Amino acid sequence: MANQALGAPRLPGPQPVAKQEVVTGTRAESDPLIRAGSSQVADRVFYLAMLACGLSILALVGLIFYELVTKSALSWHAFGWKFFFQSDWDPVNEQFGAWPFVYGTVVSSILALILAVPLAVGVATFITEMCPRRLKGILAFTTELLAAIPSVIYGLWAIFVLVPLLRMYVEPFLARYFGWTGLFEGTPYGIGMLAAGIILAIMVVPIISSITREVMTAVPQQQREAVLALGATRWEMIRTGVLRNARAGILGAIILGLGRALGETMAVTMVIGNRAEIARSLFAPGYTMASVIANEFSEATGDVYLSALVEVGLALFLVTIIVNILAQILVWSVTRGMPARSHV
Amino acid sequence: MSDLRGVPDDFAAAPISLWRRGINALVTFAAGAAVFLVLLPLGAIFAYLVYKGFGSINWAFLTQTPKPVGEAGGGMANAIAGTAYILLIASSIGVPLGIGAGIYLAEYGRNRLGNLIRFTADVLNGVPSIVVGIVAYGIVVLAQGHFSALAGGVALAIMMVPTITRTTEEMLLLVPNAVREAAFGLGVSRWRTTLSITLRTATSGVITGVMLAFARVAGETAPLLFTAFGNQYWNWKMNQPTAALSLQVFTYAISPFDEWHRQAWAGALILIVLIVVAVSAVRIAASRGMMKGAN
Repeated sequence: MANQALGAPRLPGPQPVAKQEVVTGTRAESDPLIRAGSSQVADRVFYLAMLACGLSILALVGLIFYELVTKSALSWHAFGWKFFFQSDWDPVNEQFGAWPFVYGTVVSSILALILAVPLAVGVATFITEMCPRRLKGILAFTTELLAAIPSVIYGLWAIFVLVPLLRMYVEPFLARYFGWTGLFEGTPYGIGMLAAGIILAIMVVPIISSITREVMTAVPQQQREAVLALGATRWEMIRTGVLRNARAGILGAIILGLGRALGETMAVTMVIGNRAEIARSLFAPGYTMASVIANEFSEATGDVYLSALVEVGLALFLVTIIVNILAQILVWSVTRGMPARSHV
Repeated sequence: MSDLRGVPDDFAAAPISLWRRGINALVTFAAGAAVFLVLLPLGAIFAYLVYKGFGSINWAFLTQTPKPVGEAGGGMANAIAGTAYILLIASSIGVPLGIGAGIYLAEYGRNRLGNLIRFTADVLNGVPSIVVGIVAYGIVVLAQGHFSALAGGVALAIMMVPTITRTTEEMLLLVPNAVREAAFGLGVSRWRTTLSITLRTATSGVITGVMLAFARVAGETAPLLFTAFGNQYWNWKMNQPTAALSLQVFTYAISPFDEWHRQAWAGALILIVLIVVAVSAVRIAASRGMMKGAN
């Protein structure tokens, strides 16, 4: 491996020169590459520079936390814990309660997961266990592409395609046959909680499925062979041999998807309706934590108003951090020992 | 099979029941259907982007600034340039920092501090973009006194760093240790080995990481809302509000004007073409094995 690397055409530069010098030993003293003495200082400086870059990541997260805490102090002192449980959001009278946003965020994210999880696990199962090898790469690439589409484009598409579809076909249908549940009643505007949940679902499927795929690939091949050897059908093999072994990691993938859904801003802002109300019906407009920041932050007048918005951001930050840490522990419990991989 | 000792005659011969085969077929079908359902919106989004956007892209769109409400025509030239400008600022901050941190993790980071940084980078990766926007607002906009291109660049740079760091680390770790040892054996100093040999071997992989981070932030809108803020006119000053393609698409999409909707689609198409080109380039590079470094 090393030979190949050293001989590779993409490794020009110092090596051939260095080799020659060792053999002949004539220019070794004058070559800056090998000049001794100063290298210790240079090494130290380089190490410190790289260390500084590494530490800057710690500093960044620290800075984010510090900024959010200090800038939200005003609101925290004024409202305390009840900030998150009160529902009046009244900038004029400086009364702020974030409950409708918390509610909207949680409901839209859970709705998204209910829709996305079966699909994502299905896609991951199909790609890792069922599809022909040639199709595998294409499908994996296409689902990754879905993750690369910017949120604002999902929002644009949702406004002009998804919302009219919901308004004209899906919502009347749901109201007629499932209206009795109370979840689908009222005027079908198209825009509302349901639209937000669906667009979020479309957006989190690639994340959940790509990590589920990774976790399923990490299950040892012998597990599959053993179950198949006992006479199982392919589905029985997948169920008992793969999914059962990977379940902690799949749960991690789902939680990672939840983290993404909680913090998603633009697409949701564009279709959820942006009204700080709590309604049982999914047709009704709502508001999320991220959307209220997006809509009101640059227009917030008054320190308490701004501070309240930052506090919403702080809550979002803390929740996503906890969710992500939990997810990572779960994914790691399945894939440890496997080489690390990055996702799009 | 029937003459295997200890195995009952009818065991191996028992056929898989119709029920079990049925379930198997049903699940296979369901998984295939899931793939179809997931690819459907993808196809629909691309089809709509091309269908709606392609007709609206013309010379004026690419060369003019937005016209006031009610006037037809105009374009997003300043927003396209603004996106490029903000991305340039973001890259010049985020790329060196990310690569440096990646080098630290790969070459010096096999210790507790390294693990902490690795973990923190993953945490930073999960921070919602809108929160990053708040922080950039706090540290740049408030300090400068107004919205600016720099603030937008800082926000995007913060989002680029973790992706670049983790891919750089992975790519450097793929370079076999023997290569480093060979360089040390020749008396090359450690910093020189890292920069001219290890990093150089992993160059294409590192570029992949940078492109991924680039694609990720290119379409970001939320962190720009109250940092770069948007602008109807040309701006090349670091400390002035700047238009961005994603912001312009957002503003136009939620507006009530048909003309603006048309331009929103066109802007979105240009944005997605930029991103897909970046991601595909990465994918092609990866499939040719360039990403594997010296492995």
